[in-house]
Amino acid sequence: MNKQVVSIIQKDQLIRLMLKGERLDGRKPEETRNISIETDVIDKAEGSARVEIGDTKIIAGVKIQPGTPFPDSPDVGVIITSMELIPLASPEFESGPPREKAIELARVTDRGVRESGAIDLKKLCITEGEQVWMVFIDIHVLDDGGNLMDAASLGAIAALMTAKIPGERYGIGEDMPLPMRDIPVSVTAVDIGGGIVFDPSMEEERVADCKLTVISNQEGAIAGMQKSGNGSLTVDQINHIVDISCKKGQEIREKFLEI
Amino acid sequence: MSDKPEKFIDENGLRLDGRKLDQIRDIKIEVGVLARADGSCYLEFGKNMVIAAVYGPREVHPRHQQDSTRAIVRYKYNMASFSVEDRKRPGPDRRSTEVSKVSREALEDQVFTEYFPKSAIDIFVEVLQADAGTRTAALNAASVALADAGIPMRGLVSACAFGKVDDTLVLDLSKDEDNYGQADVPIAMTQDGKITLLQMDGHLTPEELKTGLVMAQEGCRQVYEVQRQALMDHYAKMQDANEDETEAPSVEEVITAEENEASEDVNTGTEEVEEVDEEVAGETVEEVPEIKENVPEEEDEETDKEIVEEPDTEEEDSHE
Repeated sequence: MNKQVVSIIQKDQLIRLMLKGERLDGRKPEETRNISIETDVIDKAEGSARVEIGDTKIIAGVKIQPGTPFPDSPDVGVIITSMELIPLASPEFESGPPREKAIELARVTDRGVRESGAIDLKKLCITEGEQVWMVFIDIHVLDDGGNLMDAASLGAIAALMTAKIPGERYGIGEDMPLPMRDIPVSVTAVDIGGGIVFDPSMEEERVADCKLTVISNQEGAIAGMQKSGNGSLTVDQINHIVDISCKKGQEIREKFLEI
Repeated sequence: MSDKPEKFIDENGLRLDGRKLDQIRDIKIEVGVLARADGSCYLEFGKNMVIAAVYGPREVHPRHQQDSTRAIVRYKYNMASFSVEDRKRPGPDRRSTEVSKVSREALEDQVFTEYFPKSAIDIFVEVLQADAGTRTAALNAASVALADAGIPMRGLVSACAFGKVDDTLVLDLSKDEDNYGQADVPIAMTQDGKITLLQMDGHLTPEELKTGLVMAQEGCRQVYEVQRQALMDHYAKMQDANEDETEAPSVEEVITAEENEASEDVNTGTEEVEEVDEEVAGETVEEVPEIKENVPEEEDEETDKEIVEEPDTEEEDSHE
């Protein structure tokens, strides 16, 4: 992969700022960037959302179609999440099949949706063992301005919340909304020289030693976590990130996602 | 595949496999099991069976991956097709790609990569049998294999999961607990207690996470003791073997002397290599106590020597 060289001066500057509790773009350590979510942006998709967090732009589309269930779970629907880091979005991305970064992002997004029980998968069963609804979540990154994880996760859940099961098109009952039970929200923080900042920008992500994503649900419990990057975190840092991420998650949920 | 058990914890507070809530499964570690690899380790963690090999530092292929300031670390986690109930399709998939990525990230910072610019350190872990917790088992084996390869490290990495079943936190999930439990949190820890791998799926409150992390750290410490003991046993054995050879001429027995003469003629080359190997390996093990400063139950070098003499007692302790 075409790795971007991190300027040592920039790294020093970010760490120096960090020591004063400041950030390059003037935010406070816990402050997130502006979020905008627009849903139903693609008519052809069963559900879609365009999410912007600062400079980061992603578009998430949900396609739903009937298919055969997995043999070990014949009575539940299927969720498949994929993510593409297309070269349009960043000089670091290359075309071709997804690499580990894209796979990781997609799998964490997927776990957030699945493990929080956001979709009542039992209600997606059409005929047990034969036919269930398959929900495909595809996330396209349009511009990488840092923190793709939170953008992807927000996009996925926003698109799912507006998605309609196309029953009429396939002659299987009526069109109906997806049976949603929860709204998981992902909030990511990075460790820069021992200081924790939330919703990292691209520059911050690049110099960060390590990153922790916390996906929390409506009741303020944790539905998923992922540490990423080479560095390490102390238990205190983890607990600090979890507490604030759950709080931030609640704010984002109230502001953007609850109807 | 078995069905969901009605209860995971019985009235005596014991789990389905008879373990206590904070008890890890038995670990068995063998060091230096592969002849071709620079370092290797076979590890059993409960019914998990994994084997890890380390190659390097060696030339980087493809060349464009090389870094002029440090060694790159590559980690390949692979599951054998016969390691699970339903045959797994061979080859890498999305899961193994992700596991490889987070595992590499858990180890990389512990390796002094800056000592080996433009080179690659390759870690391959093969899961021969899977029974919940393969990524932690793999990581434990990889960490020992790195040490066995004589690669300078800040310390070992030890991994262990915690989870939640029947609304109770338990250490080191079994297969059923993993399949039907409420949460699974694999963790890897450095010797000074920093977390280098943390993943979670399921449902946990922030308070449960706090308690669980402390529990898992204790689990990792127990794993660490077994890893360390295995390395020390291995090198004690190698040292014994070497000493036998060098002391032999002083013993006035014709047969031994003859044997020794013969072996000197043929084996001088090999002997040298073995000595170098040990020096490097010695470095790694020696670093262990230095870096352990923050760990409460620190042992000084004197106790280390004692342990070499009586390995059994120490190992038994660590299982409890």
